[in-house]
Amino acid sequence: MKRYSVFAIAREALRYHTGWERAWRSPEPKASYDAIVVGAGGHGLATAYYLGKNYGITNVAIIEKGWLGGGNTGRNTTIIRSNYLQDSSAAIYEKARSLYETMSQDLNYNVMFSPRGVMMLAQTHHEVRGYLRTAHANALQGIVTEFITPQRVKELCPILNIDGPRYPVLGALWQPRGGTGRHDAVAWGYARACSAMGMDIIQNCEVKGVRSENGVVTGVDTTKGFIGTKKLGMVVAGHSGQLAEMAGFRLPIEAVALQALVSEPIKPCMDVVVMANTVHGYMSQSDKGEMVIGGGTDGFNNYTQRGSFHHIEETLRALVETFPMISRLKMLRQWGGIVDMTGDRSPLISKTPLGNCFINCGWGTGGFKAIPGSGWAMAELMAKGEPGPLAEAFNMWRFKEGQFIDESVAAGVAH
Amino acid sequence: MLTLECPYCGLMADETELSPGYEAHLKRFGPASSPEEFEAYMFARKNPKGVHFERWRHSYGCGKWFLAARCTATLEVFGTYPAQVGEPPADIIAKIQARRPEWKAGWQPDGKDTK
Repeated sequence: MKRYSVFAIAREALRYHTGWERAWRSPEPKASYDAIVVGAGGHGLATAYYLGKNYGITNVAIIEKGWLGGGNTGRNTTIIRSNYLQDSSAAIYEKARSLYETMSQDLNYNVMFSPRGVMMLAQTHHEVRGYLRTAHANALQGIVTEFITPQRVKELCPILNIDGPRYPVLGALWQPRGGTGRHDAVAWGYARACSAMGMDIIQNCEVKGVRSENGVVTGVDTTKGFIGTKKLGMVVAGHSGQLAEMAGFRLPIEAVALQALVSEPIKPCMDVVVMANTVHGYMSQSDKGEMVIGGGTDGFNNYTQRGSFHHIEETLRALVETFPMISRLKMLRQWGGIVDMTGDRSPLISKTPLGNCFINCGWGTGGFKAIPGSGWAMAELMAKGEPGPLAEAFNMWRFKEGQFIDESVAAGVAH
Repeated sequence: MLTLECPYCGLMADETELSPGYEAHLKRFGPASSPEEFEAYMFARKNPKGVHFERWRHSYGCGKWFLAARCTATLEVFGTYPAQVGEPPADIIAKIQARRPEWKAGWQPDGKDTK
């Protein structure tokens, strides 16, 4: 892999950009690998990357049904934060957030991490109490957050209407080191680094079956034939249930559609991320100037990557009340992604009933922020065969034991 | 927008006047059951990509709970039927089989009734 640098740009400028190499190879699959990761989205690629970087396992294939980063990695609103209530959530999301800080240098790929600050508005007295509790929990967890006054909210985001007729802003939970990143670049950066370590990224190759012998996985049947493996990692948000069925077990997961949309680009008007969970909408401004808006999930199982229109109407109604200046903004694009929802709205990073088969799924509506931490924990699980401290609490048997990591009450959709 | 016919009042109801209730035909397990049975009843959903049986409530209409057969991969609706039944009526099954010849009949959460 040739490193990207200012000298590389100068060199290529002098020779009309004829010397850039492809960021990753597209090889045909080998007969077998030490480990296969199914799913070349952010979480799958991060898993493979840390398998190589932290554990030296590089005889790895990453198999992808469509194209790399084409699922929810390319469909989210790119928000990165770690202001969670429960200790196990806070630990893995904070690990992820801290890895985002150095990711561009680590991968030699600009992921445009922008720690611009994330603000979660408190618009009811219940929310004030909830966020005060989260701020105290975060202080104990070593995560920098702060409960701020409405006046400070207005200073940080002048376009916000803090005297809304229905839900005036009573304060906010402020995480100054949260922010946004460039979602595609995260997938591309990891893919380039994995390929440079000798891993095979096999796109347009769908897994059709999982083979096992004596309760231990031996490989996968794909549209490009059988590929053997000693270890299998399933990292396929949205279709986790389908893959688990091939492997012979069922997950505590339901697939629903989550929507997002962006406006026409406008001049810079807000340099923080604002989440308004009571009225239900969240917004930030991309570097191109588009307002990036997160909508709601539908209440029924859906695999179509499109959601119900009335959710968009609800989201925009809430945001026009919160940001009156956007009332005449045109919306450019709207899309949906299929997210895995678990019973407690926390993910699974777990061993499974099938030997040497591991699963990483259930990130629900907030997986992008977790990508590096999730990959880090999943790589440890796959390499050692046992979960490390980050992944331990997220095992799939917690539902039987009643040991939920309950983030749903505190946060609703944007948890 | 998803539109379902309420089998009680006969109205075509838009999604905005309905409340979703997720998987239908669940077999209920109580305090005397094993942890595995209770976990499966509470959390292990079928979550199929394709034919699915669901509970819906006509909450901004007649208020009744009813059941619907729907395809989660295409959003096609096969039909709706009253909730006081143990399994989908024959005409709904026939409709699904006509539209999805490859579908294996099965609506119990454990899949044991798959024919």
